[in-house]
Amino acid sequence: MKQPSLTHVLQPKWRTALQRLREERAGSGAKLGILATVGLGFWAAVFGILYFVLRYFRGVEELGPLLAGKLLGLVLLSFMSILVLSNVITALSSFFLAKDLDLLVSSPVDWLRLYLAKLGETLLHSSWMVALMSVPILAAYGVIYHGGWLFPVYAILMILPLLVLPAVLGSALTLVLVNIFPARRTRDLLSLIALGAAAGVIMLFRIIRPERLARPEGFRNLLDFIAVLRTPTSPFLPSEWATNGIMSYLRHAPDPLPLVLLWTTAAGCVALGAMLHAALFPQGFTKAQEGAERFIRGTLWRWTMGRLLRWLPVAKREFVLKDVKLFFRDTTQWSQLILLAVLVVVYLFNIKALPLHRGEQVGFFQVTLVSFLNLGLAGFVLASIAARFIFPAVSLEGRQMWLLRSSPLDLRALLWSKYWVGTMPLLVLAMLLTGLTNVVLKVSPFMMTVSMTAMFALTLAISAMALGFGAVYPQFETENAAQIPTSFGGLVFMMATVALLGAVIFVLWQAVYAYVRAVYDGRPVVVDAWMLSWFTVAAAICAAATVIPLRVGLRRMELFEF
Amino acid sequence: MIRLENLTKLYGSFVAVDDITLQVPKGVLYGFLGPNGAGKTTTLRMIAGILRPSDGRVLVGGDDIHRNPLIAKQRLGFIPDRPFVYEKLTGAEFLRFVAGLYGQEGEIIDRRMAELLEVFELTSWKDELIEAYSHGMRQKIIISSALIHRPEVIVVDEPMVGLDPKAARLLKDIFRQFVSRGNTVLMSTHTLEVAEAMCDRIAIMQHGKIAASGTMAELRQQTASGDVGLEELFLKLTGGVHERELAATLGDPR
Repeated sequence: MKQPSLTHVLQPKWRTALQRLREERAGSGAKLGILATVGLGFWAAVFGILYFVLRYFRGVEELGPLLAGKLLGLVLLSFMSILVLSNVITALSSFFLAKDLDLLVSSPVDWLRLYLAKLGETLLHSSWMVALMSVPILAAYGVIYHGGWLFPVYAILMILPLLVLPAVLGSALTLVLVNIFPARRTRDLLSLIALGAAAGVIMLFRIIRPERLARPEGFRNLLDFIAVLRTPTSPFLPSEWATNGIMSYLRHAPDPLPLVLLWTTAAGCVALGAMLHAALFPQGFTKAQEGAERFIRGTLWRWTMGRLLRWLPVAKREFVLKDVKLFFRDTTQWSQLILLAVLVVVYLFNIKALPLHRGEQVGFFQVTLVSFLNLGLAGFVLASIAARFIFPAVSLEGRQMWLLRSSPLDLRALLWSKYWVGTMPLLVLAMLLTGLTNVVLKVSPFMMTVSMTAMFALTLAISAMALGFGAVYPQFETENAAQIPTSFGGLVFMMATVALLGAVIFVLWQAVYAYVRAVYDGRPVVVDAWMLSWFTVAAAICAAATVIPLRVGLRRMELFEF
Repeated sequence: MIRLENLTKLYGSFVAVDDITLQVPKGVLYGFLGPNGAGKTTTLRMIAGILRPSDGRVLVGGDDIHRNPLIAKQRLGFIPDRPFVYEKLTGAEFLRFVAGLYGQEGEIIDRRMAELLEVFELTSWKDELIEAYSHGMRQKIIISSALIHRPEVIVVDEPMVGLDPKAARLLKDIFRQFVSRGNTVLMSTHTLEVAEAMCDRIAIMQHGKIAASGTMAELRQQTASGDVGLEELFLKLTGGVHERELAATLGDPR
């Protein structure tokens, strides 16, 4: 029998993509405009920062090219680690859970075509962001080191196998895991992946030891430092081959070996991956379709949270309980908490690593400034977390909206439940993040009070905005909660949050500046009318940013049609 | 019990439901028929308060479902055609959750839950996550959820899809008993035998309008048909007779 071509197997995918593109183009120009502006702005920022760093490196004798190479190595190694992780997760859905699998597996398409089609799909879905991100980075290298017009072609040739390798590795890993863990126990699978990712991040940091590069004085002499820079991170890492290949090209002494190594390894890996697929996929696919979860009584929740929320009306209480249960029973949701914990540790570690308290007397001004600016940084971190966990809340109800809308549940009660289920943990995190940072920085009681209060109000607002924007830009078709924040609405939410943080920080700075001046001049600090008025403005902004999005979200939800 | 007044639904320029007026009396099992795309599901979803009409209104027990939703919806149980439910809740948790949405809890709900799960043979599955349920079991749990708060009206879209013969029979019995106690069922279905056997009154929709409504005898009278079955009436009203004649001509070996 004549087999369909690979393009034919992939036809529904690319046709869908083309159709979406057409719909986007036909849609509002403003949306495309905003996306393009943000994208280009991001590219320009990455390019700009790297341009200045590399220009500085180029000016450093002997060490400069080594530092530039090391930096590229670090970037490519991080890319590869991220890609392996994202490919494992994407492969799970494209190879085992996708809706088109029943059709493909039941039709007489041979296993190699199925493998290549699904590998291509996995690669594209998990790597497009990294591929786009590498454009301004490599462009900066090309411009600074005068790579010439052929450099982009050479860079693409180097980067392409670097995308294929993690896709093969990630799919193979998923294939093996699905075969080991019975049925749809993706809970185990994904928790393993999440833990693996956390361990991977820590490992990566240990292997690279970036702090040593930041502190040359820690080395016994310059030669030791250069020796570290010269040593490859690992001669067996494909990212190291790509780095060597690119840097040798930029030094105008191109070495073909890395290119050959990368392409032959990629080809070999695809062949091995295909063989593994032929051997393990049929059994894995069968297992992935077996239903079954565990036997759950849920009495623990009823006895703990249920009793704790006894004071709430029954509809609200059941709604909160339902949301909490769904969160902790969905591995794609709760496993993110592990990464969140790693993020908090890294955040606090970075604040601790600031050279503020290293022996000599530190300026009061610096401590106050860092503590104050931390509001913005912590606010941004909280906004990202809200985007991931609170923004999708309304969208995730989409398929069940028939039930909620046909019942006498007041939509305000729904919004209320969703708001507090999301806000309470966020508040705890916000207070921990700000409080601990302030303790590490040893800030004054005044700054502690200002920053804690501001963060409290900001968290209430950020949470309301996430819920409100989530209702205004719902994604009812998306089943994966992690994909919802990457939508256009998610982008608008993040931009609005940045604007809110900017406004509040600007307003509060007027009051904090008065405080700093008073301390600097040796005057007693008095919370006067001037300060109070700025505090009031900040409070008013936060209150408006809390109430308005919730109201708009509610109105929007009332108009939902299914 | 249900009153539709000049109900209209537009999707852009497309008229899905075109100015329909219908009265579903109390204590009646009312069948809602029509070919695919006639506007049945849209109408039922407007009655359930999920879709907002472009024009006209829906009264359930005298209360406008969109102006006075909380009171009107208390009387209503809705069973959709596609059983989307919370996959990560168990059957028992889902039923308790739905009861909570109607403000009901406590021992009485526990007792009703046990009864419904027993009737639908889901007792041994009650502590399993719904994601492990088959299509039919999901349908059964949704039907149970529509009955848990003891509604006065059930609005149901294609109830027999996915049910095994035993469950289908059970559902028919439940609906008949429900109606015999003075409650009301509005049911859309494509199974004409079921509609003919079960329904007291029938409305047939075509191109967003009510083509005919009434008892079987009234329908026959309206279409000037003799002693024909519902299938003949349906085809006559929806234009299917021509298609059948065409199919017969195409199948003719001459």
